[in-house]
Amino acid sequence: MKHFISIADLSRAEAISVLDTAEHMAETQSRSIRKLPTLVGTTVVNLFMEDSTRTRISFEAAAKRLSADVINFSAKGSSLSKGESLKDTALTLQAMGADAVVVRSSSSGAAHLLAHAGWIDQPIVNAGDGAHEHPTQAMLDAFTLRRHLVGEDRLGADLAGRRIVIVGDVLHSRVARSNVLLLTLLGAEVTLVAPPALVPVGADIWPCEVLYDLDDALAAQPDAVMMLRVQRERMIGGGFFPTPGEYSRRFALTTDRAARLPEHTIVLHPGPMNRGFEIAGDVADGRRSVITEQVANGVSVRMAVLYHLLASTSEET
Amino acid sequence: MTDATTVLGPDEIRRALTRIAYEIIESGHGADDVLLLGIPHRGVPLAERLARSICEAEGKDRGPAEIQGQLDITLFRDDLRAHPTREPQRTVIPRGGVDGRTVVLVDDVLYSGRTIRAALDALAAIGRPAAVRLAVLVDRGHRELPIRADHVGKNLPTSRSERVSVHLTETDGEDAVRIVRPAGASGGGAR
Amino acid sequence: MSALIIRGARPYGEDAADVLVAGGVIAAIGADLEAPEDAEVVEADGCILLPGLVDLHTHLREPGGEEAETVETGTRAAALGGFTAVHAMANTDPVADTAGVVEQVHARGEEAGWCDVRPIGAVTVGLGGQSLAPLDAMAASRARVRVFSDDGKCVHDPVLMRRALEYVKTFDGVIAQHAQDPRLTEGSQMHEGVVSAQLGLAGWPAVAEESIIARDVLLAEHVGSRLHVCHLSTAGSVEIVRWAKQRGVDVTAEVTPHHLLLTDERARGYDATFKVNPPLRTEADVEAVRAGLADGTIDIVATDHAPHPRDAKDREWDVAAFGMTGLETALPVLQATMVDTGRLSWRDVARVLSETPSAIARDEQQGRPLAVGEPANLLVWDPRPTSVVVPEEQATRSTNSPYRGQELPGRNVLTLLRGRPTVRDGEPVARA
Repeated sequence: MKHFISIADLSRAEAISVLDTAEHMAETQSRSIRKLPTLVGTTVVNLFMEDSTRTRISFEAAAKRLSADVINFSAKGSSLSKGESLKDTALTLQAMGADAVVVRSSSSGAAHLLAHAGWIDQPIVNAGDGAHEHPTQAMLDAFTLRRHLVGEDRLGADLAGRRIVIVGDVLHSRVARSNVLLLTLLGAEVTLVAPPALVPVGADIWPCEVLYDLDDALAAQPDAVMMLRVQRERMIGGGFFPTPGEYSRRFALTTDRAARLPEHTIVLHPGPMNRGFEIAGDVADGRRSVITEQVANGVSVRMAVLYHLLASTSEET
Repeated sequence: MTDATTVLGPDEIRRALTRIAYEIIESGHGADDVLLLGIPHRGVPLAERLARSICEAEGKDRGPAEIQGQLDITLFRDDLRAHPTREPQRTVIPRGGVDGRTVVLVDDVLYSGRTIRAALDALAAIGRPAAVRLAVLVDRGHRELPIRADHVGKNLPTSRSERVSVHLTETDGEDAVRIVRPAGASGGGAR
Repeated sequence: MSALIIRGARPYGEDAADVLVAGGVIAAIGADLEAPEDAEVVEADGCILLPGLVDLHTHLREPGGEEAETVETGTRAAALGGFTAVHAMANTDPVADTAGVVEQVHARGEEAGWCDVRPIGAVTVGLGGQSLAPLDAMAASRARVRVFSDDGKCVHDPVLMRRALEYVKTFDGVIAQHAQDPRLTEGSQMHEGVVSAQLGLAGWPAVAEESIIARDVLLAEHVGSRLHVCHLSTAGSVEIVRWAKQRGVDVTAEVTPHHLLLTDERARGYDATFKVNPPLRTEADVEAVRAGLADGTIDIVATDHAPHPRDAKDREWDVAAFGMTGLETALPVLQATMVDTGRLSWRDVARVLSETPSAIARDEQQGRPLAVGEPANLLVWDPRPTSVVVPEEQATRSTNSPYRGQELPGRNVLTLLRGRPTVRDGEPVARA
């Protein structure tokens, strides 16, 4: 693996290998000394052109626990906010000697461009690009799902036969795109549930089912329900649904809906949540919820990704 | 073309391990406070065998599982960037942890000493043993760090161009230690 | 200017003949013509003789966008592409919405001398879509504007579009519509479909183009005026134009070379070179526009040559500029997609890349028949050699060609502008 940009670039074996590494990373994080010397002497740049405190600190914690030096390069207060182009920023980072660049951008394809435009040679990690992909989020979701749904024998295991429902604003969601690719790569059966206007035209060929009715999807007794954030700030053109109330009536995971789920079913949300809108507060805090676990797992998964990119020779073997 | 010479067969390996088990007991660290940690991959079955031998010899209630575990050193290596990605392995520490116990690190071959250096770091991240000792099946020399083994199955003088190949029933289907020489090479070659 | 004789070329790709050019006109056509003593001889066995090409849709960027292109560099690129006339779009800075600006562009074209430059006037003031520009003044100017377009923007207001269609009837003008519903394409980045869904780029639905074309052909029918549809790109658009023509609507339509060859699959690498308006569509759309061009539903090929400075393209897709260069690759792409595949004859090429564009623009000096006494605006094209596109080696000032590294057929052996060579053996020939 030279870069970590899209789940579409991964084989099943590579995906499982990252998940397994993340398990070992998680194990080290339960020790009294959590810092590992693995990446000592390397520098990881967090290039965040779109605000995301959660993802940035998760990557920062991951890099630091592997003893890498971390430079945060955020849009606010940097030359990026003064209109410096991605290209100039990349050339700067190249000249500074970064060993890897973690990039977050509101532009779909920014990470791909950084990896392939020839401006910079270093490994690129996609920390979310527009409405395209958020591959480390999908990895941490799969990691969380595997822990709960497979249990003890999870090392080397996939998610074959597990049924996962993803609900909400699929159109604008990089999390949904990465998860559809990854969960199906791992053998899970994925059902998307969204209002028709929030399902991308062209999604009919995706390897998953698309439903417009959450109650139908929940009646099929899924193993996990992943609620997506409704990204109101991305609703260009507007009118995707009449009112928040109308949306919630049909697509929110309410207490009533959660109560009808099978005993073992878990609830995920990539955060930040709109409590009371797409998910009831009681469900987010309830016994099914693994939402805070997702955050902890995010660090382990990102440690694993940095490990796979940086702790090996860059030469092909 | 390579040329392999078997230097230890199944009986010799068994005798060497039995001797090491007795050495560990006699050095005053019985089954009560010893903890054998195998270094993946082949250190793990070796640690299992030693633990069994010790428990049998002591005739105590504790089972081998309670005095044996495994210690992954991958994340503590200093040569990661010189190799393709190495998948980390599990670390398994039995109940009671390492604090205050005598930890015996177990590996198949002692060579440069760098693996053991990494193992000491990995161990320090887990806890504070009373003492750390080292048991290896083969010591082939060529140390690059000031590290020595406390228990050695066989000292095996080698040249750097040779490869020591350890096979164990659990991992390879047979017990054997061989020296493999690249054809035509007479020492001085790359590792 | 001394006489020039072209030996052995095949007019319209048909039977070979010699063509004698003298005094800026075709002086004789026939077998084994006798040349005057001092005549320059161009050996052209196996080459195709065509009327000089005419591009109804070029962005020369001057005034205001000289970093990307000037009249000088753009028309030199045009000459190398085999063109003897280009129609320069109005979206310059200042906008070509007054007689003053169109006359300036026209004059710059004459100074450059590589080909005729016919300015296109803006339909609305400043391309603002609010009020009609002084169309009559532009028509009556020295630039004799007959084609009006807000290209880059759609004349979206149906009342304004109706008035524009009505108004240009007074001087036999035509409205060239950039068909793009602005509300359906807010933030749109690429064709809306399977690829946009995967890439997470905001979709540009085919219906945003088709709905405007449908409205406009009905408006043109209602008021009895002429409509030209710019860069049609979807199968649905072809259907609508076909239907309108059957009803007798006075509509013409153009397709670009890139929409004849490239699909939205090219967006997969997020290389903004392939970001264009209208967007690259699907394989089915490419097939539909090829079929439409072959059966005459689509009247012409026009380049929509849209040069941009490197920095406008070397960036994230959603903030990069729309457009691709095309003057120097238009005929190679048309040959590869339509001629070499047997769907168009060279006589058809003369029709779609010279005669009909001139007729739409009411330009009586260009797109003329290959006949004695006609102005010698000619292209001698050798269809046999191929070459690999290297944007940095092109005459256009910009490098945003989507064909980088691609092998394309044909070579410009000779281009004559009223008898004077502008290109010889693939090299530009400056005016003496």
